[in-house]
Order: sequence, then C-alpha cells, then structure tokens
Amino acid sequence: MAEESYPADLRYHRDHDWVRADGDEAIFGITWHAQDALGEVVYFEPPAVGSHVDADSSYGSLESVKAVSDVIAPLGGTVTAVNDKAVESPELVNEDPYDQGWLIRVKLDDPSLVETLLDAAAYQGLL
Amino acid sequence: MTSSLNRTPLYDRHEELGARMVEFGGWEMPVYYVGINEEHRAVRARAGIFDVSHMGQLEVTGSGAEGLLRKALASDIDRLDEGQAQYSFLLNEKGGIIDDLIVYRLPDKTWLLVVNAGNIKADFEHLKAFKHRGAVVTDISAETAMIALQGPVTLDLLADVWQKKTPAPDTIKPFTIVERMVAGVPCRVARTGYTGEIGVEIMCAADRAGDLWDGILAHREHGVVPSGLGARDTLRLEMGYPLHGHDIDAKTTPIEANLGRFVHLGREFVGSTVLDKQVAKGVKRQLVGIQLLDRAIPREGYAILKDGVKIGTITSGTLSPSVDRGIGLGYISPVHAAPGTTLQVDIRGRERDAEVVPLPFYKKES
Repeated sequence: MAEESYPADLRYHRDHDWVRADGDEAIFGITWHAQDALGEVVYFEPPAVGSHVDADSSYGSLESVKAVSDVIAPLGGTVTAVNDKAVESPELVNEDPYDQGWLIRVKLDDPSLVETLLDAAAYQGLL
Repeated sequence: MTSSLNRTPLYDRHEELGARMVEFGGWEMPVYYVGINEEHRAVRARAGIFDVSHMGQLEVTGSGAEGLLRKALASDIDRLDEGQAQYSFLLNEKGGIIDDLIVYRLPDKTWLLVVNAGNIKADFEHLKAFKHRGAVVTDISAETAMIALQGPVTLDLLADVWQKKTPAPDTIKPFTIVERMVAGVPCRVARTGYTGEIGVEIMCAADRAGDLWDGILAHREHGVVPSGLGARDTLRLEMGYPLHGHDIDAKTTPIEANLGRFVHLGREFVGSTVLDKQVAKGVKRQLVGIQLLDRAIPREGYAILKDGVKIGTITSGTLSPSVDRGIGLGYISPVHAAPGTTLQVDIRGRERDAEVVPLPFYKKES
C-alpha cells in the first residue's frame, strides 16, 4: 500500500476522485483515502472508450474483496483511453493511486470547470 | 463507531496491530490487519490467528441437560462420547434455523454450545423457553474468550506452547475437545474451525485472552499472522460453509440449505416433522454453489437468472482468493441445481455467465 498523500498539482472531487488536467485533456483516478477505505482492489470495470461520462455520475466500478464502489466522474467528457494496466492489475490502484493506478483519460466538455474543483488542501479539509 | 458496540478482551491488541475495525453482530471486530487476501493466503499456506471472542458460549448442565438438547438440537447428541463435538442446529417448529452451532460434550455432564455472536440472546431465550426440568442453561459468553488458530502449521505451533507431559496437539482428533494449559493459560482446545484447514478453536477466561494471544504470536517463526473477519469470510465461503443471517436463517431449513447430513432424522425434535416431510417429498429450493465464468463478483442480494427469468438470489458472494473466481451461494429450484448447469447472475444490471458447481469451491491439493 502507498503512503497517504494528496499531491498539490491535482484537483479533487468530494467523492474522493482526482483530476490531472492538461488543457482539454484530463486523467481521472481515485484518492489515497478512497483506495484505503475500499481495501485491496480486485476488479476495475471501466467505461467504453468513446463513451461520454457525466460530472458527478458513476463511470465505472471498483471492487474490493468485501465491497463494490462506483467511481464518480469529477467532470464531464468523452473517454479517450482506459488504463488497461489497472484492469489487468487492479492492485495498482492501491499501490500507486496517483500515477500507475490512474483509471481513465477523457476529453473534457468544458476545461474551465477544472477550476471549480477542490485543491489538495480543501479536499483534505473534508477528510 | 458508536460506543454501544461490544468489544472483545483483545480489542487493544487489534488497535496496536493497526487493524481496520468494523461492526459485526453488535461487535467491533477487526476486518483485516494488513489485507484480506494476504491473511487468506497465510491461513491456506501457514496459519492465521483470529479473535472469535464475539461468538457466544452457552453451557447446559444438570440432570435434564441431555433431555433438553435431545429436543432442541437437530443432531443426535447421544452419538457423542465425552470430549466429542458435532455441528448442529437450533430449529423452530417450521424447521427454520434459529442458529447453527457446535455442541461439545464436556466432562462432568456439561454441554457447551458455541453459537453465533448475533444470536446469543435469541438462543439463550429459546433454550430457556423449553422450561426443561433439571436443565440449567448458563450464558458464559461475557466471561470467556475464544481464539481460532487455523492453517497447516497449527499443530506444530501449538506444540511450542503446549502443556508439558500431556499428549501432543496432533493427538487431538477433528471434532474433539480437551482441557490443556496453552501458553500457560488454562484452556479448552477444540479441533474445530470455519476455514477448511487443520485448526483449533481455543477457549479461555476473558481476562487471560491477552496472554493466550501473545503466547501464540510469540511464535511468528511458524508464519502465523493475525487475521480478521474478512479472511474468515472468504475462507468459509470457499469451503461452502454457510453464514447465519445470510445463507441460512429462521426461514430456511437444513434440508434446503443442503446440510441434511448434519441432521439425524428418525427422532423427535423441534422442527423434525417438517424436515421428515422435506426429505420424503423434496424441497422447492436448494442452496447451491455458483461460480462465475465471467470476470465478475456475485454479491448478497443479486438475482440468479436462467434464460432471462429470475430463479433465485445470491446469499453470500466474494472473489475467491484461492480459485481467483467470483463465487457465491444462493437458493434456486432443484430443477436447476445439478452441478454443471449454466445460469446467469445479474451483476449491477449486466447478466454474467455462471455455473452451478459442487461444494467446496476450493479443494486442497494433497
């Protein structure tokens, strides 16, 4: 398991998801807190590439031995890639939630909305 | 966590070990220390130590003890010699399972029932309600603790903490119980468990539980690891062992639950007429093992389908760490219950292919 951290260069959603934005491209994943609460992730069920994900809505699910958890899209956009490594080796979500354990890449509907998300300090204030 | 939850005498040990605690049957219990999979694999390969002090212990004594248990239990206690144990059931008049338990025949005309944590009060009240003459039922749960040591190295480890000049741990046969000093603590040691591995369940006074726990964990060289209820659940499910309140309850009978081999019919006991009838005429539903063919995990409450029609419901499910497949138990019509029958499980709106498999899901390589 990774050490608890909330990188300052990411933006966060209150449902424990992070966004790494670069222009209108963004990568989504779940936070250290989310993977810790879930326990060992054993399955990642991703959305289809090309499908649209809606802000604040579920775009896939992560399962641990004990539980299933929806993954919430922090922002709306079109899925351009899925992290196949996380599908094949879901434990990456526990081991490296902000890097190798990313979940999907999207083309954002409205990149300006990135600024409406929480910064690391504000997110940690919710925990 | 609310303060109304019960804590076992080992609560401080769990905290020190960094356990993730959850509510279970009114108790605050460790679900895992490091991780469910790792603890599960340790039990299959070496050994795990579990705090199962939440489980209830009821003693039945007095001249009427046997008479009460002959009526109240679905197994035939007259088959037990002193020091022997049986898996058994308390049934209601309809044959429904009030609780499943292990009954131990102890010395001095004493009988011990080890029951589920969430059912202690109901079982106690049920037994008292017989008002059986000469039978005294005592709930000793609060004064006692129980530690399960399970896994292939159990008996080797136990030998290191065993009372000197007494027969070695490997002389204790499965489903028997002896009184011994273990790590210097007076204990009842039973060759029983809920994992499918060689193992023991060790009972002692609540105030000595810490000494027993520490004494066993002082022998980590055997590869024993503290293990939580998460691994306990995946281990029992791989064996197809039912969990009361999920796979069996007051509305299901041992015959429906495919546990008829633990019931001794041809005697009169509470619920026996219903069971006799079910054995003679068959049942409408039957508990089966279901293994997913797709990469998906069945969970409690998910619908079981055949050709698009709902034929039952999953009562327990998990990813099996040993088989690396989604596995579950569920009730379906006997028409579909033959091993090899293909069916589907509705997993959050998607029909996933599965098949009925014989239990246990996991068979040890020997």
